Amino acid sequence: MSEVLVVVEATKEFGVKKVTLEMLTLARELGTPSAVVLGGAGAAEALSGKLGEYGAEKIYAAEGDEIDGYLVAPKATVLAELVKRVQPAAVLLASAQEGKEIAARLAVKLDNGILTDVVGLDADGTATQVAFAGSTIVKSKVTRGLPLVTVRPNSVTPSPAAATPAIEQLSVSVTDTDKLATVVERVAEQKGSRPELTEAGVVVSGGRGVGNADNFKLVEELADLLGGAVGASRAAVDSGFYPHQFQVGQTGKTVSPQLYVALGISGAIQHRAGMQTSKTIVAVNKDGEAPIFELADFGVVGDLFKIVPQAAEEIRKRK
Amino acid sequence: MNIVVLVKQVPDSGADRNLRNDDNTVDRGSANNVINEMDEYAIEEALKIKEAHGGEVTILTMGPDRATESIRKALSMGPDKAVHVLDDALHGSCAVATSKVLAAALGQLGADLVICGAESTDGRVQVMPHMIAERLGVAALTGARKLTVDGATLTVERQTEEGYEVVTASTPAVVSVWDTINEPRYPSFKGIMAAKKKPVQTLSLADLGVAADEVGFDGATSAVVEHTKRPPRSGGAKITDEGEGGVKLVEFLATEKFV
Repeated sequence: MSEVLVVVEATKEFGVKKVTLEMLTLARELGTPSAVVLGGAGAAEALSGKLGEYGAEKIYAAEGDEIDGYLVAPKATVLAELVKRVQPAAVLLASAQEGKEIAARLAVKLDNGILTDVVGLDADGTATQVAFAGSTIVKSKVTRGLPLVTVRPNSVTPSPAAATPAIEQLSVSVTDTDKLATVVERVAEQKGSRPELTEAGVVVSGGRGVGNADNFKLVEELADLLGGAVGASRAAVDSGFYPHQFQVGQTGKTVSPQLYVALGISGAIQHRAGMQTSKTIVAVNKDGEAPIFELADFGVVGDLFKIVPQAAEEIRKRK
Repeated sequence: MNIVVLVKQVPDSGADRNLRNDDNTVDRGSANNVINEMDEYAIEEALKIKEAHGGEVTILTMGPDRATESIRKALSMGPDKAVHVLDDALHGSCAVATSKVLAAALGQLGADLVICGAESTDGRVQVMPHMIAERLGVAALTGARKLTVDGATLTVERQTEEGYEVVTASTPAVVSVWDTINEPRYPSFKGIMAAKKKPVQTLSLADLGVAADEVGFDGATSAVVEHTKRPPRSGGAKITDEGEGGVKLVEFLATEKFV
């Protein structure tokens, strides 16, 4: 079977991201998964255990400052060389900022089609995408070159399949043009042990109805009790209640968790665009006419400052 | 500084949006079309740079005839002129081909700085800045929440999943911006009147030296095979809190095995 390249998404803090395990699971349906680690020195070694657990038969690694010290251009150059050499059946990347950017450059380098925000991929290369804020399902195909797709987090249930991958170090031959955008500084802001927003199985979000930044503690408390991530509507972010990186919606993150809890969120299209493919939706809002209730599998009309603390207390009791 | 802002006309995301049944492209005919929201932030950023450092701001749009409405709207915010890439053969173009056309136009315009929105609300593909940069052999600083211009040096602060990073490059470069970067100005009445007289140059594929079979359906590198409307979600149970709302919510979560 031919190789399927999976470009690994990982963080220093959390290691291999869940979307990578989803891609490895998906890749096994299409061929033999090979993981590609593009990062700082020693990254592949550190990640190999986890990648093997989910079926990576081989790991290609390009590491060091030449790769990591710039925005995505060097990564795309290395990946393009690898694709030309191994002629994989498909290339999978995460549908997040960096994955899409590497894929964009790869598509131009190889004059190859690209499909983003893919939620399913058949063996014949037909991809399923969700468009227009989740309202339209699209089946599409790359018609020139190999299937080059970016996979949306939470699309596939990761399943383990043990393998013992050998690491092959790639020789890095990046050009001066690849080194035009230099990373001067990386600042970590995310604190605590909450899962990453786009990957979380549970997301609890607050909106304008939360009232102020301090009250977001309520949202965080419920998220922590449910083992989830915290999100915020654009109205809440614009009002300064919560940082922008947690914004769910059209101009923020798209999430598709098992459970989405909307607190004090009216459910404007802007917000729905980022969350309406969630499996189960629960809403609390004082306005019974709020459009969020049209989506909610369970809705409570009332004062979130009474309902949420009571719910938190009830969860504690049951634990 | 010669700044070019990429502006895309998109169907209003607040209305019902569809793909056409005949050729699977975005239905732009029946839709209420608007400037892609994120592009307004790109225009604002360009105008601020011009106000601080001098230069000229040009709008670049690829799109059908009716994209003219969005071009005039963009010009009413204050840019100096616009270029509209207009050619029937462009209909059905994929992202790869679109980047080829835009890169050809940018090559002719000789931009020092290209600014665009981080993504469009219709496709949300987010690939254009890097595709264009790859073709032009220039830097791409994407997802800026802050942009500083110091002579030919650009410094961008960009949100990442872990926090943020500071990245830098020299012009010429492509910068894409999020809606956190500024607050776009509203066009003034004077601006709207002035926009009607600002020059809008139309360029065809021939003008750009791009062959018709490299774009549109003929040149597409990917294709939509089929599309279906997802059935709208229907609301489930809705209760009014009468003192037990929190408990009932947890009971629901328990039946769904989340608690």
